[in-house]
Amino acid sequence: MVLIYDKEKCTGCMLCPKVCNFGAITKDGNKVRFDFDKCVLCGSCQEVCPVNAIKIERKAVDKDKIAQYKDVWVVCETAEGRVRSVAYELVTKARVLADNLREKVVAVLIGSDTSSYAESLIQQGADKVLVVDDKAFADYTTDAYTIAVTSLIAPRKPAIVLFGATGNGRDLAPRVAARLGLGLTADCTGLEIDDKRQLVQIRPAFGGNIMAEILCPYTRPQMSTVRPNVFKPRERDVSRKGTIEKVEVKINPVQIRTRVVNRVKELAEGMKPIDTADVIVCSGRGIKDPANLALPTELAKLLDAAVGGSRPVVDAGWLPPSQQVGQSGRTVCPKLYFALGISGAIQHRIGMSSSDVIVAVNKDPEAPIFEIADFGIVGDLFEVVPAVIEELKNLQSER
Amino acid sequence: MKVIVPVKQVPEVAEVRINPETGTLIREGVPSILNPFDEYAVEAAIQLKEKLGGEVTVVTMGPPQAKEVLLKALAMGADKAILLTDRAFAGADTWATARTLSEQIKKMEYDLVICGKQAIDGDTAQVGPEIAELLGIPQVCYVRHLEVEEDGKFVVVHRGTDEGYEVVRVKLPALLTATKGLNEPRLPNIMGIMKAKKKPLEEVTVTTLGISPDSIGLKGSPTTVRKVFAPERRKGGIKIEGTDPKAAAKKLVEFLASKGAI
Repeated sequence: MVLIYDKEKCTGCMLCPKVCNFGAITKDGNKVRFDFDKCVLCGSCQEVCPVNAIKIERKAVDKDKIAQYKDVWVVCETAEGRVRSVAYELVTKARVLADNLREKVVAVLIGSDTSSYAESLIQQGADKVLVVDDKAFADYTTDAYTIAVTSLIAPRKPAIVLFGATGNGRDLAPRVAARLGLGLTADCTGLEIDDKRQLVQIRPAFGGNIMAEILCPYTRPQMSTVRPNVFKPRERDVSRKGTIEKVEVKINPVQIRTRVVNRVKELAEGMKPIDTADVIVCSGRGIKDPANLALPTELAKLLDAAVGGSRPVVDAGWLPPSQQVGQSGRTVCPKLYFALGISGAIQHRIGMSSSDVIVAVNKDPEAPIFEIADFGIVGDLFEVVPAVIEELKNLQSER
Repeated sequence: MKVIVPVKQVPEVAEVRINPETGTLIREGVPSILNPFDEYAVEAAIQLKEKLGGEVTVVTMGPPQAKEVLLKALAMGADKAILLTDRAFAGADTWATARTLSEQIKKMEYDLVICGKQAIDGDTAQVGPEIAELLGIPQVCYVRHLEVEEDGKFVVVHRGTDEGYEVVRVKLPALLTATKGLNEPRLPNIMGIMKAKKKPLEEVTVTTLGISPDSIGLKGSPTTVRKVFAPERRKGGIKIEGTDPKAAAKKLVEFLASKGAI
């Protein structure tokens, strides 16, 4: 791929330096100059140039070969013998993409004693479920799952493969991509099909400061990990029919090079992980004392929410590391996010600003969290939260 | 124990701003730093060396100024550094980056490769596992705790999960990705900074690496960025001030019900 700049055609309108996100174009007399160390060939300048003085030549696609790849696959994550909610979200989205392409949705269900879930994936929108059911897959291991996924993909040639951008999904997908020499886009928040039947993968970068559209023009399948909670699962259709195919994948124990010796749960009984929660009640410095976490925990119980913490709360050891929201913790996008006693430093906002609805309670009216909160209450969280709990209880008893 | 730590120079993302008029990224004046997750990796490698002996080599791929992050790692206590710098490397996606780094690592001796969990600019967390695959060694991601068994042939790590952690045992050589909690990265002291300038820092180009320019950089990248744009800026909504908590709570619950959020 190369960028060709026709100096003769250029009228010096200076539109292109303005649209370049990478600072690769600078004014040079009455023309422009390109810095190819900075240029990523994103094509923004080409699009904006009124006189077609900028041209990006991309490799020609071998259309015959690409047309062999069909269907939209979802690698369905299981945990403790159950299919995780993110799998249903992805099957719902895959249905939309497949309808657009007039192709099929294939769900890949790898686990041990999880085959009974195949039916639910069909009801969710899958046309076919590939079931790999073996004790070797009871626990997630990078090696066993990589073998299973690659051995399914390579001969069957899907056009698109989606993984949940969960801890395990982001461990597995790059391993598969590297093995097959494929492109992979991480942590997508949007997926579309363009007029060339390509998958347009939309994802945030630079802490959500920019969004990028990414294509995978020359390799198939096109693969993405997709952030949980972005796509809402549609209602299941119990009358929906599909096929279930059992596939045997042989794993030799020597192929599994890691061994899980022990599994430690740090979340107290009944507490939910923040990764896939619909509602998160997050506390910051304003909570003051670990004993005070009883208050957000009570609110969380009413809303079936996960209890999270900002960096200081987790660093103090008041909540386990898995529950930290923010740049050094996790990025979340629940339907509803409560920021209690959180000022809203940029490192925190990076981790939660794509939540659907944000509620903030903080004593300081100048706290930056209010700049992004849909509903902010300036006040003492120890007065406001109990009142909110009471209101919610009233509402729930009315219902 | 020989440890290789691939690192990345990143902009201090928290300081990257969008120009509200043009919607483009402002990078001027934004400091470049050693990716914070890589600091945990460098620190872990140095601690292993201090305990067991051996050598720590940091490797980065980037423009000439990426040397700065190598000097920081050397100042912290790494022994050697390698800078992969060439125009042919530029524009690489995660696959092409992993390919370039793994080609370099293949030429070296190592027991352990430790990466940061992810870089704070791209946030992909893909390069580590992709390097592991290209080297043909096992990986354990999100490592919060690390111990080497007595015989030096296995490591036992805590791998962070959604609900806690797993204790994982893996035979060396292996690749780990480091996350917060693994250690407290040290700050380089004056002595360290002085010494760093005298430590070996090798520059490698596509020619010295000996791979085809077509398989790396922009040309060798299976993914391409079609477009970048500024996200819609989130704006604050209702803000209640000076109301008694009960009235505020009532309004909030009404608001959430109207949004269908509860």
